[in-house]
Amino acid sequence: MKHTISVLVENKFGVLARISGLFSARGFNISSLAVGETEDPTVSRMTIGVEGDDKTLEQIKKQLNKLIDVIKVVDFKEGEFVDRELMLVKVQVNTKNRKEVLEAIESIGAHIENAGSRSISIVATGDQTKVKALLELLRPFGILEVVRTGRIAMGTEDKGLKVEGKPEVNE
Amino acid sequence: MKLTGARILIESLRKEGVDIIFGYPGGQVLPIFDALYDAPLKLILTRHEQAAAHAADGYARATGKVGVCLATSGPGATNLVTGIATAYMDSVPMVAITGQVKSFLIGNDAFQEADITGITRPITKHNYLIEDINDLARIIKEAFYIASTGRPGPVLIDFPSDIQGQETEFIYPDKVDIRGYKPTYEGHPGQIKRAAKAISESKRPILYVGGGAIIADASEEVKKLAIDNNIPVTTTLLGLGIFPQDNELSLGMLGMHGTAYANHSIMESDLIIAVGARFDDRVTGKLEAFAPHAKVIHIDIDPASVSKTVDVDIPIVGDAKAILKQLNKAVKKPDTKDWLKQVEDWKKKHPLRYKDDDKVRPQYILEEICKATKGEAIITTEVGQNQMWAAQFYTFTKPRTMISSGGLGTMGYGFPAAIGAQIGKPKATVFDIAGDGSIQMNIQELATAVINKLPVKVAILNNCYLGMVRQWQELFYKKRYSYTSLGSMCPDFVKLAESYGAIGIRVTKKSEVRPAIEKALKTDNTVFLDFHIEQEENVFPMVPAGEAINKMLSGGLA
Repeated sequence: MKHTISVLVENKFGVLARISGLFSARGFNISSLAVGETEDPTVSRMTIGVEGDDKTLEQIKKQLNKLIDVIKVVDFKEGEFVDRELMLVKVQVNTKNRKEVLEAIESIGAHIENAGSRSISIVATGDQTKVKALLELLRPFGILEVVRTGRIAMGTEDKGLKVEGKPEVNE
Repeated sequence: MKLTGARILIESLRKEGVDIIFGYPGGQVLPIFDALYDAPLKLILTRHEQAAAHAADGYARATGKVGVCLATSGPGATNLVTGIATAYMDSVPMVAITGQVKSFLIGNDAFQEADITGITRPITKHNYLIEDINDLARIIKEAFYIASTGRPGPVLIDFPSDIQGQETEFIYPDKVDIRGYKPTYEGHPGQIKRAAKAISESKRPILYVGGGAIIADASEEVKKLAIDNNIPVTTTLLGLGIFPQDNELSLGMLGMHGTAYANHSIMESDLIIAVGARFDDRVTGKLEAFAPHAKVIHIDIDPASVSKTVDVDIPIVGDAKAILKQLNKAVKKPDTKDWLKQVEDWKKKHPLRYKDDDKVRPQYILEEICKATKGEAIITTEVGQNQMWAAQFYTFTKPRTMISSGGLGTMGYGFPAAIGAQIGKPKATVFDIAGDGSIQMNIQELATAVINKLPVKVAILNNCYLGMVRQWQELFYKKRYSYTSLGSMCPDFVKLAESYGAIGIRVTKKSEVRPAIEKALKTDNTVFLDFHIEQEENVFPMVPAGEAINKMLSGGLA
């Protein structure tokens, strides 16, 4: 099953290597990873997309929590978070299909950043479904390049993630 | 007062109560060694950095204190790696300090540069690179705290040589506050209640106790739980000594080379009370077939060890000693009379056996070492047959007397670990049970043992083979002994010991075994006992890899 994990970590040198190293050493699969500073400059936040059964996810969370530089881990539940991804796409165009491509871009709500004679560069943001739909829509025209940031996610309402010390893992 | 980085390191170590460290000098630790020259702290100079790490590990396991090792950058640091990984797998509190090239040269492929924080990331509990002299004291404080609390483990501090020479005000912090590290010690009261109820209602309970219980100093609590409630006790390799093996409730070690009665007992149990043990594959055998009727209580300080392999019904995360104390108050004695009768029956039917003839058998040697030391020696082991025979045939009665590389299985561990243990426990008799293969992996430490006048005894169970691998080749690879014979190139261990100023004793007859051990125990010198044992002796029982642990090979002995 697909999961979206959010991790608060110390904003220190080497932390990304610790996290990615843990995933590779233990054979956990990362489908996407996005990192950035939070409202507190000493803290970074990672959003990690992972796949695995319940047992694997449990291990991933526990192993992440064991890292000294990890402050907090949350595995978002369906319906309790919003997520977005930013994507840049360069699509091939010619005089014949130019209009069709522009229509497609408009229909999905993406923005044109650069329109050249042979290609159009667009920027799109959205959740996974939207980003995937846009790619499918553009694929027939010929995609030249795709750059994606990876998903970022935030819990809604009181499902947020704040630094207050790591929750006691007590079963 | 302003002090240099090197001095701050020494002063901080003193503040942590360190009076012995193990190490080896080199270019990028010169300022530290200069400060050590007249420091109130002793460095044991090993003859290889790997041995410094193992000795610090053996010291830590024998005393419960944090072991400290020190090496230079590059090859010095990489030579520590096996020792750090060994300590990591067995949760040994250790602080490893490495020199690093000058901070402005890092990343330049400088002479003797290695990215040791990168290399040791997956084998340390945490590691640090000192970037600012003003962080040094805090980092050392944190390193000792992290190494020794929660589930202990090694912490590495990489220390560039230019910062060793810089000066700053020395203020050692009183407290540690790491927001991402708050180990849980108190067990959940509701879970303890559930566990007590499960024990009280069980008919066939078994205690399965590992090294975590020794680290938690929970021997008395384990004994009380077992003896007051008539619950049989099996231990892992690292748990040996937590429960006296001369007690009738003791089942010895379980698992691949465990006793048949321990394996039958856990497989037939209806309740496993796991304490500081992690259901390692050498213990469970075929996971799907493991203890099919048992409910599982798991007491462990590491939440990640819970339900990692075996699914746990009642997990209790926290300090084993504190939890067992609570549990002991809450448990009502179950009726285990019939169960103990069954266990007794297995014990009678399938005892540990060997061919006790007139040949020099390793099992006999272990029994004689046990008798001669009254079961009170600290036993370290190498890895392989020697390790398993020691686990099976020495009767352990006290915690911290079995020191062995369990998780990583590091050949060459036992001798330097014995040196560390002897330094930590100067009055104890320390015996390294070795094989002729393993001992040669750190044999240079004879120099360290002799020069420090350490009365360490090394019993080499010399069969001219890498015995455990040969055993697998015999049983599972049609006796194709591919590169496991050391016969033609085995050194004369007696002469070798003598060349270092140690005592060497060769034993080729059964009748010589006990007198040789007595002779070794009488001297204060380092002794190599070269026992020429039956060459193709095997370790039994044995559970073939991937089998259920009650499907043991008995080698025709049962």
